[in-house]
Amino acid sequence: MTNSIIKVEGLAVAYQKNTVLSDVNFEVKPGSLTGIVGPNGAGKSTLIKTMLGLHPALSGSVYFFGSPLSKVKSRIGYVPQRGSVDWDFPTDALDIVTMGLYGQIGWLKRPTRLHKEQAFNALKKMGMEDYAHKQISQLSGGQQQRVFLARALVQDADLYFMDEPLAGVDAATERAIMAILKELIADGKTVMVVHHDLQTVANYFDHVLLLNHTVIKHGETSKVFTKENIVQTYGGNMRWMGDE
Amino acid sequence: MTYSAWIILTASLVGLSCGIMGVFLILRKQAMMADAISHTVLLGIVIAFLVTNQVSGVAMLIGGILAGLLTAFLVQSLQSLNIQHDAGIGIVFTTLFAIGVILIATSVGNAHLDVQHALMGEITFIPFHVITLPILGEIPQATAFLFVVLLIIVLFITAFYKEWKITTFDPALAASLGMPVLFLHYLFMSLVSVTTVASFDAVGAIMVVAMLITPAASAYLWTDRLAKMFILSGSFGVLSAVLGYYLAFWIDTSISGSMAFMTGLIFLISFIFSPTHGLMAKYIRPKQAM
Repeated sequence: MTNSIIKVEGLAVAYQKNTVLSDVNFEVKPGSLTGIVGPNGAGKSTLIKTMLGLHPALSGSVYFFGSPLSKVKSRIGYVPQRGSVDWDFPTDALDIVTMGLYGQIGWLKRPTRLHKEQAFNALKKMGMEDYAHKQISQLSGGQQQRVFLARALVQDADLYFMDEPLAGVDAATERAIMAILKELIADGKTVMVVHHDLQTVANYFDHVLLLNHTVIKHGETSKVFTKENIVQTYGGNMRWMGDE
Repeated sequence: MTYSAWIILTASLVGLSCGIMGVFLILRKQAMMADAISHTVLLGIVIAFLVTNQVSGVAMLIGGILAGLLTAFLVQSLQSLNIQHDAGIGIVFTTLFAIGVILIATSVGNAHLDVQHALMGEITFIPFHVITLPILGEIPQATAFLFVVLLIIVLFITAFYKEWKITTFDPALAASLGMPVLFLHYLFMSLVSVTTVASFDAVGAIMVVAMLITPAASAYLWTDRLAKMFILSGSFGVLSAVLGYYLAFWIDTSISGSMAFMTGLIFLISFIFSPTHGLMAKYIRPKQAM
């Protein structure tokens, strides 16, 4: 891979004294849709948080578009886990989406009508325009997740990281989100998604990164997402196809 | 202006300033940091007094800000050493406060500062310490000081409104957008310190906490818009100050105590009657199907 959009070399991360990730190396091709898959506690969220500078790394380096993070932040979008925020915060869906533009708006300035329009259009794209002025605690889990996706869309980034965007959402939301992800890829963007449902991996992602404290396997889904590799990632006691 | 009017005005300024600051404190789930800082600024004030040898507003503000920042920094540091957040707050603020108490009891001695005053304030004496300003003439020093601090608070909240909003709601997103989340946290804690120092002389450390936390907690129950929450919280602060004064006048008791009591009463009323979050609403309205 010569024209990789992400390059991670020798990344190691620890919480207190527990090593969460060690010797993580991989490269990601532009225009790929990668599922990050692994058991609970494998370090999936930690991996993207560390790559985005939200958690300190012990060692290693991460390059995006051939540059360190600080130079390319505006080209990267992040969708945190839905459960990581307090949905009782006193505001509406449109305001949450507008937050995606705060980086562009700059210090001391307020969002203009144009910014609000951009945010509204992103909500519309997620089929959420009727909920723009709804208090966010009144939205269902799936609707909240769509608001988060809309907030990422409005950033108009080239590279997206999403932490479990499909966890606990209804079927309609799952379809809507996957349609948007395919659209992003068709527009030439690159997306990495932390994903928990092994049954949908082959359908949803063209690349997969199997993670359990380090990269077990990484590559095209058709080649890498084999029963053997999955067993190696999850260990003996995994639940596989049809268990649910 | 009459003696009573000055006291009510001063207390209202405390209510308004604290009410405004309380909104982000509550939403950032840092109510207990307010408690901590309201105590540790005492240390800052005492040290400012020891260094400058006078009770000056600017020195006290600087001392208070430094003490507040030290508190926030130590709490963060303990947390990163895997000590629980609430335990960290408890350890830091009691220790710093204790140093303040020791210093007052030994070296500052019979000066303007004493522990009783620091905890409960002496709002009744406020009209006696006047300064002379152009145009306005003679006005109580604490009142002028609080007015300046209110302007500072409004200025900062207006300037950093969206930054504090996003770092409150979703600090991870804010960081990924390149915002200096930690800097904004310390800036906010400095502003809390400033508010506390200014309110200290008037109402003391304990009522500052009531004024910082309770009106905002009440306002949270009445609205689901951030801007409205600011207006309501500030109004509840002023209302508590005014009603508290008359309660104290009526039953002849502590003014600051009555004001703090009023913030609690307003919260109780809000908790019962709020149309969205109140107890009554929960019984009257059928459960929404999700």
